[in-house]
Amino acid sequence: MTTHATAHHDDHHDDKPHGFLHRWVYSTNHKDIGTLYLIFSFIMVCIGAAFSGVIRTELMKPGLQFVQPYFFNEMTTMHGLVMIFGAIMPSFVGLANWMIPMMIGAPDMALPRMNNWSFWILPFAFCLLLGTLFVPGGAPAGGWTMYPPLSIQGGDSVAMMVFAIHLMGISSIMGSINIIATILNMRAPGMDLLKMPVFVWSWLITAFLLIAVMPVLAGAVTMLLTDRYFGTSFFNAAGGGDPVMYQHIFWFFGHPEVYIMILPAFGIISEIVPTFSRKPLFGYQAMVYALASIAFLSFIVWGHHMFTVGMPLGGELYFMFATMLIAIPTGVKVFNWVSTMWGGSLTFEAPMLWAIAFIVLFTIGGFSGVMLALVPADFQYQDTYFVVAHFHYVLVTGALFAIIGAIYYWWPKWTGRMYNETWAKVHFWWSAVFVNVLFFPQHFLGLAGMPRRIPDYNVAFADWNFVSTIGAYGMYLTPFMFFFILWHSKKHGAPAAARAWEGAHGLEWTVPSPAPFHTFSTPPVIRDEDLAHGDVSH
Amino acid sequence: MADDRAAGDAIQRNQRLLTRALLVCGAMFLFGFACVPLYRIACEHVFRNKIYNTADSAKGFSVDESRWVTVQFVGNVNSQLDWSFAPEQVTMRVHPGAVNDAWYDAANKAQTAIVGNAVPSIAPSQGSPYFNKIECFCFTEQVLKPGESRRMPVKFVVDPKLPKTIDTLTLSYTFYNNRPATKKLADHTQAAQPPNS
Ligand code: HEM
Ligand SMILES: [Cu+2]
Repeated sequence: MTTHATAHHDDHHDDKPHGFLHRWVYSTNHKDIGTLYLIFSFIMVCIGAAFSGVIRTELMKPGLQFVQPYFFNEMTTMHGLVMIFGAIMPSFVGLANWMIPMMIGAPDMALPRMNNWSFWILPFAFCLLLGTLFVPGGAPAGGWTMYPPLSIQGGDSVAMMVFAIHLMGISSIMGSINIIATILNMRAPGMDLLKMPVFVWSWLITAFLLIAVMPVLAGAVTMLLTDRYFGTSFFNAAGGGDPVMYQHIFWFFGHPEVYIMILPAFGIISEIVPTFSRKPLFGYQAMVYALASIAFLSFIVWGHHMFTVGMPLGGELYFMFATMLIAIPTGVKVFNWVSTMWGGSLTFEAPMLWAIAFIVLFTIGGFSGVMLALVPADFQYQDTYFVVAHFHYVLVTGALFAIIGAIYYWWPKWTGRMYNETWAKVHFWWSAVFVNVLFFPQHFLGLAGMPRRIPDYNVAFADWNFVSTIGAYGMYLTPFMFFFILWHSKKHGAPAAARAWEGAHGLEWTVPSPAPFHTFSTPPVIRDEDLAHGDVSH
Repeated sequence: MADDRAAGDAIQRNQRLLTRALLVCGAMFLFGFACVPLYRIACEHVFRNKIYNTADSAKGFSVDESRWVTVQFVGNVNSQLDWSFAPEQVTMRVHPGAVNDAWYDAANKAQTAIVGNAVPSIAPSQGSPYFNKIECFCFTEQVLKPGESRRMPVKFVVDPKLPKTIDTLTLSYTFYNNRPATKKLADHTQAAQPPNS
């Protein structure tokens, strides 16, 4: 049904459809849909940040000052769900929409009508999810991991949450199928798989992960729903079920999910670093194989989230060693980025600064991950702020920093205008300082034993919590900075050249800036020197 | 002309890919549900006796008369279940390898018949694999009519291989209301006697 819809209108003329409804709501243009995704994620980042504002304000001092514990739990739950499913994932899909067709010389995504659907489901999903804040009984409060029996004890927000997750799942699955179809079927002649930019590779692999695990999450939350409303006992001990089984199913989804949120970031960094090092990416093929092996390993390590549930010793050992194995391909990537910079003629424009910060800070997150993978240590760290510090280093200074870097990097291509480099550097340094003030002390708190997901704590933890909250307040300025820098650039920025960065390679830099509404309507003739990774003889 | 043919090919390829990807999604959705029996099989057969102590026969255990182990008994009722439930004996001293009987009492304080299920646990957990229940009221559903009470047995053997460092084991049960079964029971009795009688 949806598949019959190839771009039927405006195939032969270049002007954009007129009117808000036709331009945006009915849009089948990959660039417009990419823009919609990015705007949507920006709104979600702001909402998610507001929720975390409640959390950090309550935690600034010991004792209960501002909110009731139940509302606090609603905030931690909603913060996690909104940031993961509303901010990080859609912004990567937005970047994929904008860049993948332009990077492989395709005129648009393979299934444009379905592309429209994948995006427009999301606002409905999040109205449903955010609507839970206003229903009797309040929003879900059992944590973003939704462990039963706690997660199904609230009001009817349980059902809304489950349906919201079904919708997000459908959206991601449709988006992923589209990306796979585009990459496999729409490449310009001569764009072999092993000449594709690493960003495209990273998304191809991520899309496969998504179609493999989103349905598993859908199954898990469906079981929650029937346990709650239809008298089944999948996870209900009294009826012969087992709540620990939920954790197994959830993390079978959940661990690949964390890599879904980092592989496209790896791709982005692999585009930015060579450009500003003025050298080809070191070890292109190794990078591709590392991506693939990380994706494969991510399916067989889920137990590291469950070391303390009472697994057999053999299981603990297996999951410990399998998890530590992931550090190897991850290390390969970090070494290759560093080797790309080694001996290059580096310049430090904003995208490069974000990329370098990514490499350093993501690696810190990887190291804390290896600490958590050690079973005896994890018995101490599990459910403490150390885990919170770990995943914010990989997700904020990892995934989010890469996204911001990508926006600065491709902004001139999208809008035809440069941004103000000075203010972008202020934005960067401000974020780099405050994000560490925010999250680094959480390592200390966790090692000292402060549990996560609590609104009040022992006075022994007071000082570092205060510091952490100061860091959070610093970070809350950054979305405003980012917004004004981009807004100013859109209005007054200097015009950008087609190849906006001197060292940039890749097909996207061969089209004018701003990129016309339709690009590559006829496939480009590919010359190796245009490609980021044209020379695969190395 | 040639362009049209190429475009047609591309549409066909995309459609084939879409179908296949949707099949993968469907299979993975079912896999989520298949985890339920798979998990049970894994726990009961592959990791048997490693996590759960299944009711092994007492055969092959020789009684170790030189050693005493104290077994403590605890009974809890979940707040959703209007029953009383308690062990008859608080502790027993037993020899590893010997078969012992302990008793629990339950009574239904509610106005309706209720199906309950007891979920056992052993502390410390390192001792759990060595505590074998041969017969237990927790293996089956317990139905109590309003006001009915019942004396329920647990037959158990402590494995002589119980690590020497453990000299006390605590057997604790929590009784839950098995709501689906209770509801089925209520529906049944209603169907059996017409409401106007
Ligand atoms: C070297 C690589 C990594 C290792 C060895 C690792 C290991 C671990 C372990 C063992 C835990 C469980 C901690 C506990 O609950 O006690 C954990 C939690 C987590 N990790 Fe990682 N990790 C790695 C990379 C990543 C990446 C790249 C991401 C995401 C981009 C990520 C996101 C998370 C999240 C979100 C959690 C917490 C989930 C929760 O309980 O809410 N990790 N990690
Ligand atoms: Cu994990």
